[in-house]
Amino acid sequence: MSLARTGARTGRGHRTRNAPRTGAAGRVGSVAWHLGALAVLAVVLYPVVWVLGGSFKPNDEIVGSLELFPTDPITDNYRRLADGIADIPLTTFFGNSLLLALGSVIGVTVSSSLAAYAFAKVGFAGRGLLFTLMIGTLLLPYHVLLIPQYVLFQKLELINTYTPLLLGKYLATDAFFVFLMLQFMRGLPRELDEAARLDGCGHLRIYWSIVLPLCRPALITSAIFTFINAWNDFLGPLIYLNEPEKYTVSLGLKMFVDQDGVANYGGMIAMSLVALLPVLAFFLAFQRHLIDGMATSGLKG
Amino acid sequence: MDAAVTSVPAPAPRPGPDSPPDRGTAGAGPVPGGRPPRPPGRAGRSRRARRENLAGYLFMSPWIAGFLLLTAGPMAASLYFAFTDYNLFDAPRWIGLDNFTEMFGDPRWRTSVEVTGWYVVIGTPLKLAAALGVALLLDQSRRGQGFYRAAFYAPSLIGASVSVAIVWRAIFSDGAAVDRTQQLFGLEAGGWIGDPDRIIYSLVALTVWQFGAPMVIFLAGLKQVPRELYEAAQVDGAGPWRRFWSITLPMISPVLFFNVLLETIHSFQIFGSAYIIGSQGNACGPADGTLVYTCYLYIQGFENSRMGLASAMAWMLLLAVALVTAVLFWSQRRWVHYEEAGR
Repeated sequence: MSLARTGARTGRGHRTRNAPRTGAAGRVGSVAWHLGALAVLAVVLYPVVWVLGGSFKPNDEIVGSLELFPTDPITDNYRRLADGIADIPLTTFFGNSLLLALGSVIGVTVSSSLAAYAFAKVGFAGRGLLFTLMIGTLLLPYHVLLIPQYVLFQKLELINTYTPLLLGKYLATDAFFVFLMLQFMRGLPRELDEAARLDGCGHLRIYWSIVLPLCRPALITSAIFTFINAWNDFLGPLIYLNEPEKYTVSLGLKMFVDQDGVANYGGMIAMSLVALLPVLAFFLAFQRHLIDGMATSGLKG
Repeated sequence: MDAAVTSVPAPAPRPGPDSPPDRGTAGAGPVPGGRPPRPPGRAGRSRRARRENLAGYLFMSPWIAGFLLLTAGPMAASLYFAFTDYNLFDAPRWIGLDNFTEMFGDPRWRTSVEVTGWYVVIGTPLKLAAALGVALLLDQSRRGQGFYRAAFYAPSLIGASVSVAIVWRAIFSDGAAVDRTQQLFGLEAGGWIGDPDRIIYSLVALTVWQFGAPMVIFLAGLKQVPRELYEAAQVDGAGPWRRFWSITLPMISPVLFFNVLLETIHSFQIFGSAYIIGSQGNACGPADGTLVYTCYLYIQGFENSRMGLASAMAWMLLLAVALVTAVLFWSQRRWVHYEEAGR
């Protein structure tokens, strides 16, 4: 049904791409296209607009009313955020999340680029085997490792610290990023590093002075994805952190949900929005990097 | 951590001709980043090889340490725990297959399998259909295309967050927007959140809302379909529907395969949204309505301290995912068309 219709539009669209049609038929097609896209946009944006409007509504109006925006906007919800959650100021949660996210970014970019360089540019024995293992970890459900990793960190007395949440990032365990950078490095012209090697450069020098600077787009994409994932992470902090002072924003929000979100529903909605802001800001600033990174990583496997 | 992978579809290797950088499987085109230039003389070559090995393993050392310490080691430990009674404080006690018999006999475990099964079977196809439909719509050079693409992608970045789960709970609760809209159409009243049978569909709606990530991958695939094919088909009188089935779909089948594989694997692992959307005093839903598999695993492992049982559950999940992956790879021979190299 709708698939058929979009298929039809595609057909028309391909013609337009080669030779833009003018005249009435072309204009009708264009209007129909924009109407379709706007309809999808409305569905996609609805929750975001809802939370924005809801954060300025009094408690009892948030769920019951169909109006997206309040007739009488109030800022109480935001003002009450200054009290924090369970006597812990919000800045604590945001500081903790920021620390974890930035720590993750440094770890992932360094460790993944090192591994990617070895796969792409160093001809060492056993490379094929390690590559297969790395690809295998891409498809491995994380939950198989959940219990034994917890046991490991518990034996090492690292529960309620950030080490369990960060260590993996410094050891390149997220194969997605190794793979993303590897794909990028394979695309670099080989002449560059071959010339450098003939001039007597070692691998460390080539990695640092030639490959890394050229890989900036892949590094930026990885950094942003890492930041956003660390910011959104819920399961990791949930099992490893048990002291509210160490909680991340996600866990702070969970505390809101647990201690009766009804009494301060507006505050919960306002905090939900505030918690999304860093991610949305990153998205607005770097959306091209993110989307292009996604598209290429998906295609050239 | 895995939340990483839930919000971002991690790419898997396309099982194409150019996968591993292995020297043996050079295959069709040139292997990128292959051998270093060969220095003269045998002694030089072996010294060179030794230096390459040393450099390679130095660069790989963080990854190797991570693989042994955080992946391979824990997997082996988990396999052992699966056959033991282990509460984290007393030493694990070998109990053979008891964890598995208990698991299969547990009605709550079966509920979690059902809930997850529904979620995967309904959510993934709907999400991919939405992704492909919108990608087809956007695959036209019209003004605003870039804007729409970016806007549609945004939910994939925030969809796994606790914030969005909270918003979802509100929108789908009794008397809220979705409920009112339903009533307009004369459908059964009452929110989905309070209803153990329907709450799962709010989770499905949440995953479909994040269609942007597979959409971007579909769009990249659609861009590579040669335009001449469509023109030739049109000259031959093929209608739009026919062109979609006979040209578009086969041409993007590798990308479709990739998306199906990843989205399916990720659906099996949903946790955070189910935990928050369902939480009313207790995690994962009124009457276990959103008791997805990983939620029950979390409850058994971390709330009931049944580490052995939870490990057994984790291995069942791994087996299920491995089975689905194997079936998908096996089936791709029938429906995935890889272009011959050099065409």
